[in-house]
Amino acid sequence: MDKRLSNLASEAAPFMARDRGRHPPAYAPGYKSTILRAPREALVSFESTLSEKTGPAFGHNIIGALDNDLIRNFAKPGEAAIGERIIVHGRVLDENGRPVPDVLVEYWQANAGGRYRHKREGYLAPLDPNFGGFGRSLTDSEGRYWFRTIRPGAYPWPNGVNDWRPAHIHFSVFGSGFAQRLITQMYFEGDPMIPQCPIVRTIADPAAVAQLVAALDMANAVPMDCRAYKFDIVLRGRRSTFFENRPEGN
Amino acid sequence: MVQHLDRLRETPSQTAGPYVHIGLTPNVCGITGVTPEDLGARMVADGVRGERITIRGRVLDGAGRPVNDCIVEIWQADAAGLYNSPAEHRGRADPNFAGWGRCAADEEGAFVFETVKPGRVPGPNGTTMAPHVSFWIVARGINIGLHTRMYFSDEEAANRDDPVLRRVVPARVPTLIGRREGDTVHFDIHLQGDGETVFFDV
Repeated sequence: MDKRLSNLASEAAPFMARDRGRHPPAYAPGYKSTILRAPREALVSFESTLSEKTGPAFGHNIIGALDNDLIRNFAKPGEAAIGERIIVHGRVLDENGRPVPDVLVEYWQANAGGRYRHKREGYLAPLDPNFGGFGRSLTDSEGRYWFRTIRPGAYPWPNGVNDWRPAHIHFSVFGSGFAQRLITQMYFEGDPMIPQCPIVRTIADPAAVAQLVAALDMANAVPMDCRAYKFDIVLRGRRSTFFENRPEGN
Repeated sequence: MVQHLDRLRETPSQTAGPYVHIGLTPNVCGITGVTPEDLGARMVADGVRGERITIRGRVLDGAGRPVNDCIVEIWQADAAGLYNSPAEHRGRADPNFAGWGRCAADEEGAFVFETVKPGRVPGPNGTTMAPHVSFWIVARGINIGLHTRMYFSDEEAANRDDPVLRRVVPARVPTLIGRREGDTVHFDIHLQGDGETVFFDV
């Protein structure tokens, strides 16, 4: 290429600032575990440098054939997990509304009875011998991910005397920069446990809570097989870099 | 009336919870046979360039107790100061160095990373940052992942001029300095209280 025609700068654009008033605060005493784990000092702010604007990428070689099928990925041959069969699907987008392709999405959850496969978990609901509770996907070129699982059950936890988590699936998402790193939880449309949950209630803005509630998506259900829920995830957008032609700006 | 700013809003964070290992380090918690190896367990491959180091530390809560259920991720440049990332446009990083690692803390809240010492990376406005490793910590009781950085005690001159360390009140800078002893760098993270680690909003 003729060098005179290129004015591409050699850097990815910085990220839009995080709206920390919309995320849960570190200290949220209704969720007791935060009390000793919340920093007391203010966060030190600075605009993302190269160290935050870059981040790891994962190749398709890490994804196994059953990694997005929790009904089968831990099941014995010919068997399957017990519970309500569902598809969870959605897109990973940035705040500019652009799809985020080729990024890793990891998810984990309890089984249909609300029991996690974890050594520290002692809830009396039994393990399902055919359910592990973990999977992962790489988003496609349009930012889409999808997986098949069973709907998790609610489960009790030692916070208040009688606190129960709503049915939920945990999500971990990578973007193109380490500053976009996000872990969140997906809830299910219509679950009456959502507004009661101290962890949900760490988020003050009802519109922000609504963003965590997956919609029942009958159009994408598979007849006589499984229903579907749609859960889109939005990561931080990169800022526009006006008057410069940067490869990853808005 | 004004025009609508038609941007989306970032999905709110939620805690990773006490069973985060099921999803992020499944083999550590005994869910074997789904994936052969936990992601982020090995940062270096044979032929990696640079000085091999081990980063060791603990994560402690406001009562000084180990945070024995956290996951720590690190992200750093290679020995030449290049990131192994599609968003790195300055050149190609060492293909034998991932730059990213993930470790589940043990019962003592301890984590360990086998890595290389990072090279220097350009900072804002023509500055150069001192060698550093970015950290991200999630756990039960942490509502949004905590970002911090580890710098190196054997880089005093570079640390003095680092544009990020210069934003931190001097009395708190030592919380960001990993203590170098031979090939090991010790770096404890205090979530709260005495010696509280500096966390960043980046």
